[in-house]
Amino acid sequence: MLLEAQDIGFRYSKGPWILRGVDMHIAQGEIVGLVGPSGCGKSTFGRILAGYEWPLEGHVTLGGEPLPTAGYQPVQLVFQHPEKAVNSRWRLGDTLKEGWVPEASLLEALGIEQEWFKRWPNELSGGELQRFCIARALGPKTRFLIADEMTTMLDAITQAQIWHVVLEIAKKQNMGILVVSHEWNLIKRLCSRIIELSIVNRDRE
Amino acid sequence: MINIDALREKRSLGFRLPRFNRRQQTLITILLMIIFLSSVIVGGALLGNERIATNFETKNLSPSLKHPFGTDWLGRDMLTRTLKGITLSMGVGMLAATVSAFIALILGLLAATMGKWADTVVTWLVDLFLSVPHLVALILIAFALGGGMKGVIIGVAFTHWPSLTRVIRAEVLQLRSAEFIQVSKKMGKSRWWIAVKHILPHLIPQFFIGLMLLFPHAVLHEASITFLGFGLSPHQPAIGIILSESMRYLSTGMWWLAFFPGLSLLIMVRAFDILGDHLHMLMDPHHAHN
Repeated sequence: MLLEAQDIGFRYSKGPWILRGVDMHIAQGEIVGLVGPSGCGKSTFGRILAGYEWPLEGHVTLGGEPLPTAGYQPVQLVFQHPEKAVNSRWRLGDTLKEGWVPEASLLEALGIEQEWFKRWPNELSGGELQRFCIARALGPKTRFLIADEMTTMLDAITQAQIWHVVLEIAKKQNMGILVVSHEWNLIKRLCSRIIELSIVNRDRE
Repeated sequence: MINIDALREKRSLGFRLPRFNRRQQTLITILLMIIFLSSVIVGGALLGNERIATNFETKNLSPSLKHPFGTDWLGRDMLTRTLKGITLSMGVGMLAATVSAFIALILGLLAATMGKWADTVVTWLVDLFLSVPHLVALILIAFALGGGMKGVIIGVAFTHWPSLTRVIRAEVLQLRSAEFIQVSKKMGKSRWWIAVKHILPHLIPQFFIGLMLLFPHAVLHEASITFLGFGLSPHQPAIGIILSESMRYLSTGMWWLAFFPGLSLLIMVRAFDILGDHLHMLMDPHHAHN
């Protein structure tokens, strides 16, 4: 199955075009990096691929079909700021199990402690919360994962540890991953192919 | 540089009322209200009906130790009547305010989660009810339902929801764009599921503050509509009844008939109003100034 973006154009309300004529594809099981300077539209492109925004031009297809609008989405996005991506009035155990029930081995690999399940989001650090968000998005029905600066707030060792786990799961579930980041070293290590948004984006030279 | 010690010295000179911060003020108000409310409820329940039985030997007495609020033209003790009246008013007000707050909660949720069409209808209803003065709508509804307890409760409940509905709708609209809600949608959760599980818990503070602020309005409106004669029946010992009956005797100098019941009503309403405002400030400092 292929996640394809064809000729994507996007701008916020009447602002300048952020993306124009962007083509890209990710195959299942492929790890692709998306790099570019800040403000070039990386996050927006990630949101479009995951169906959070609808492109004004072009379209996103999954296996030749448009993205589904109802039910569990096969393209999941992990946000940059986990504090906003979890409900502050839910205990984290509930947040974790919102989409599926992750098995204990995965939680252990990601460094999520059982004791945290009873806590509220303001009782954990950003990095700890992000592990919950990652585990939440790795469900068996997830075909593609868009990791928008997913591990930026973590230290290098933890980053390596978490990506190790995520890559393992991706291999096991034949999941394609788009790594959106501005950290060249991370992307060079993880990805088999790297896309520079400023090169594929016709509108930004 | 200002010399702080000198300033402190200056301020501590002479008599100065103790200053309390908002939390302390709130606690003090709550304490006073508990004392007031429990005395009203306990007093209303304990004082028997014999004190408000007709007794012409003690009619038209001005306030004394035996009858702190005086007696009326039938020799009934005004303190007892006031206490019973306030208990009744509070019961009616509480019930009506609760129903009203629930209507606001449901409509606010519906408007903000069930799409554009529902939103248009609810906004239109809110504008409609806000454009008619509360009291006019209230009189119409209560009159159409034939007055009495049922008419007043339904009337008050159906006229007080619009402002809280607006607040709740705005809150839901803001929450709906939150990332965790969008994530939940991508997890395949339905609108209704998201509304109940994700959004509702965030509305609980708004709901209770709204209820707290609605309550004094409900009590006042109950009293005013009863005073005007569209509300509770004259057999019930409501504050509105007491006030409207005493109108005829005021000109004969029996000021205590209206003064004490009116003052009690005022104190109670004001106490709840202040408490609601304080809670609003404490629980939701960002929106409290709007």
